[in-house]
Amino acid sequence: MNEFPILTLLTVLPLVGAAVALMAGKHARNVALVSALASLALALLVWTEWSRFPGIGGYGFVEQHAWVSSLGIEYHLGVDGLSALMLVLSAIVTLMSVDAANRVHHNPGLYFGLVLVLEAGLFGSFTALNFFHWFLFWELSLIPAFFLIKLWGGARRGPAATQFFVYTMAGSVALLIAFLAVFVATNSMDFWHLTLLASTGELEQLVASHLGPHAMLWLAIAVLAGFAVKVPMFPFHTWLPAAYAEAPSPVTMLLTGAMSKMGVYGLLRIALPLFGAQITQIRTPLLVLAVSTVVMGAWAAAAQKDLKRIFAYSSVNHLGYCLLAIFTLAVPAAGAASQASQAFALNGVILQMFNHGITAAALFWFVAMMQQRTGGHRGIDQFGGLRKPAPVLAGLMGIALFSSLGLPGLNGFVGEFLIFRGVFPLVWVAATVSVLGLLVTAVVILTVIQKVFWGPLANHCENFPDLQHNERLALAPVIALMLLVGLVPSLIVDSINPTVLNLLAHWRF
Amino acid sequence: MLAWTIYLSFAGALAQALLPKGRAALSRWLALAVAVAGLAVAVTGFVSGMGQGRVTFVDLPWVPSMGIHFLLAADGISRVLVLLTGLAAVAGVLFSWNIELRTNEFFAFFLALIGGVYGVFLSFDLFLLFVFYEIAIVPKYFLIAIWGSTRREYAAMKLAIYSFAGSAMVLIGLLAAYSTAGSHSTTLDALAHAGLPVSFQMGCFPLVFLGFAILAGMWPFHTWAPTGHVAAPTAASMLLAGVVMKLGAYGCLRVGIALFPHGLDPWGLSLLGLGSWRDVFALLAVIGIVYGALVALAQTDFKFVIGYSSVSHMGFVLLGLMTLNQIGVTGAVLQMFSHGIIAGLLFAIVGRIVYDRTHTRQLAELETMHLSKRLPFAAGAFAVAGMASMGLPGFSGFVAELQVLIGAWKVNPWWVAASGIGIIVGVAYTWRALQKAFFADALPTPDEHPKTGWPKFEPISWPEVTGVALLTGVSLAVGLYPKILLDTIEPAVKALLAGGVQ
Repeated sequence: MNEFPILTLLTVLPLVGAAVALMAGKHARNVALVSALASLALALLVWTEWSRFPGIGGYGFVEQHAWVSSLGIEYHLGVDGLSALMLVLSAIVTLMSVDAANRVHHNPGLYFGLVLVLEAGLFGSFTALNFFHWFLFWELSLIPAFFLIKLWGGARRGPAATQFFVYTMAGSVALLIAFLAVFVATNSMDFWHLTLLASTGELEQLVASHLGPHAMLWLAIAVLAGFAVKVPMFPFHTWLPAAYAEAPSPVTMLLTGAMSKMGVYGLLRIALPLFGAQITQIRTPLLVLAVSTVVMGAWAAAAQKDLKRIFAYSSVNHLGYCLLAIFTLAVPAAGAASQASQAFALNGVILQMFNHGITAAALFWFVAMMQQRTGGHRGIDQFGGLRKPAPVLAGLMGIALFSSLGLPGLNGFVGEFLIFRGVFPLVWVAATVSVLGLLVTAVVILTVIQKVFWGPLANHCENFPDLQHNERLALAPVIALMLLVGLVPSLIVDSINPTVLNLLAHWRF
Repeated sequence: MLAWTIYLSFAGALAQALLPKGRAALSRWLALAVAVAGLAVAVTGFVSGMGQGRVTFVDLPWVPSMGIHFLLAADGISRVLVLLTGLAAVAGVLFSWNIELRTNEFFAFFLALIGGVYGVFLSFDLFLLFVFYEIAIVPKYFLIAIWGSTRREYAAMKLAIYSFAGSAMVLIGLLAAYSTAGSHSTTLDALAHAGLPVSFQMGCFPLVFLGFAILAGMWPFHTWAPTGHVAAPTAASMLLAGVVMKLGAYGCLRVGIALFPHGLDPWGLSLLGLGSWRDVFALLAVIGIVYGALVALAQTDFKFVIGYSSVSHMGFVLLGLMTLNQIGVTGAVLQMFSHGIIAGLLFAIVGRIVYDRTHTRQLAELETMHLSKRLPFAAGAFAVAGMASMGLPGFSGFVAELQVLIGAWKVNPWWVAASGIGIIVGVAYTWRALQKAFFADALPTPDEHPKTGWPKFEPISWPEVTGVALLTGVSLAVGLYPKILLDTIEPAVKALLAGGVQ
């Protein structure tokens, strides 16, 4: 089994699914469901089994072949606990998204084809261990996302799609130029090879001797900018609310649930290992930006009236915690206690990535259902008293909302708790200010619950149908997963902790 | 073996000329057969040439008193460009399927042009190379002047004058080299080994390089290119951008750099920060990259956008040549191939698939036509071709431009920084054209059905689908697995650079 290219199969499977969906016309959604289910099964297999087939650098299921030797390009794939969990998350979110998209009348073949290509882009970038390969899939995921917004989005989809594309593309160019420079200095594009070079300080010396003493810092800034757009980090977030609001809700599920994780993943897989020392140098402004992302995201969410925009800004806030913890890792830590804090923080980041993916995707799914039932309404003031006509929907959505709020016993709490547990001893100021974000988020979520579910029944909500049987069936596993991770977090933590320790051991700040 | 590409094309051209009038269908199929046969030969020659160095096919004395040989040979660079020519020829015929006016004459000129191009890429005698180079200019003129559109006489004449001026410079340089070398042979090998004095090389190199670079669209001598591309019928635009501009770049490399390697040496003094011809031409190349992209961004005519984009992309070829290192020159050759495919595809979509149906190329008018709904095939094809042109990874352009940039970085990082601007603007103009032409915001929402009110366009025909599939497939294949070409290009570039350059 060690020889079997399971990761290649994982990436190719959705592409095949996309080709079939494209030709399937009206049956495209069924094709996409089958394909997404198969991908999920395969991703779960990778997640449970990867550590039993170890290869170079502690990665599992490694595939390594020559590709373009003159450019240092190899076909190099592998997973560790971080990437395996992201594969599972991508597979779950894609399945949810396909499930939620039950009203695509306009060219469903193309729609589901693009969704599956996006899934392939996610899989490819989460398994790549060579810059070229990674960049290929990073860009590949951008194109279907653009067209999904552009062709199936809301009234102002044109500008939203363009803004999304231009921001991400500018970030990509920054990344490309930085890696060009790294390649010129080292003749390598291999993440693991570069990580080793960086951990001995050799990378910095090579870059300095080729490009001048301050080049490494500029490269770090370029790479950080590329990822900051994708996550997004304040002040690079301005594309996000429009894109999330104008995209059809199932596509928003994919954008926030899976694609935003590509940015955080890039920080963990590329920015910290290669540019740790430089990030340490500029950690203070970065921490300020991370805290701003947390606080600004929460405040902006509080100011919105549109449910999709509320959850969009709330996503900014939730990923802000990841940024906070990541930049905290760059604070020089001495002693066993500090190192334990770092491990807490990093475990928290990965867990938060997973939890936010599931919860945010679920919330946008609920918004999609509410839109379908009311002919497109999604303003917070347009609903009211929904718990009477639709108690099951109110209950399940309530669980998702409380997960987003970070209620203990649900998944959202565990990640944020670990992050704060790790960050506080290291940078207590940042942690303290960020608590403000937690408070405001709580107010926002409670306001949503109050206005939508309680109070007098709004006019057009009288005939609001509750969840159908099949909808309950589709949502049940997702809600169950929130409870499961909330109550038994070791289920995931045990699978990522060895990777966390391995990552920390190879970073040099 | 590869020599047959030349003979086949000229024989095809002759047959077309002799064909009775009014047999358009026969003429088309004959042209396609000749082009496919040429491609088959090119592919066979490419495959059988893998792992081999230079192979000579024919070496006959032609004008013995002057030492002129009919010398046809191929190294890796030639084989790749011959393959490109074969692909461009097939695609060109496919996208000319709707030519009704004097069909057989059109294909006669078309095949003669192709034959001349094959000839240039396979000639290893300077005089012979020059002859084929001139042969390629004449059919170009007629293709534009007879079958062209916007201001075709002006464009055809401008193109011819620029081409002839360039070849005159080349010719003077060549005659000077021939007499200075004092050798009695015009083969490239003999001239390269003649030990031309350094001062002579310094003076002669810019003349020859510039002469060829005019045809490669080097700024500020590029102005023939956009007007020529726009006026030309679709197949001729495809060939102009696809292979004819490569003739210029190929001449720069095969003749300019290989014969006068010392022409690139430092002058020993610095003028405005420029210390050698290499600096001068690299600067012009970088200006071309940025200028072409900026001007493309400002165009109102769809075809002009593509025309100026060619100037920008050819700037990468010239920049790659001026790096004079293995990776940069390899990138330049790969970029010649890649741009040939992608530019051909873009011109085919704009000129054939869109213009022949909408009868306008003005972006402002296309904006109101809902083309993403009415011509979804064209919209999809242009989106893919646009991505390839932007240099997204996975397409051939990415690997080629990446290598050029890495090569340039090793020489002068500022060249890369400036070219980076060109790349970003490149995304912008492609994007703008895609948005305006196909996805304008005047679109109704997907659930309305306004199609009923629209006049029907002629449906997409099989040659168009085949042509798009062929060119897209090649660009993707090379982008995902560039080794297929690089293994052939790299040793040839190595040998060429070892022949005297640094």
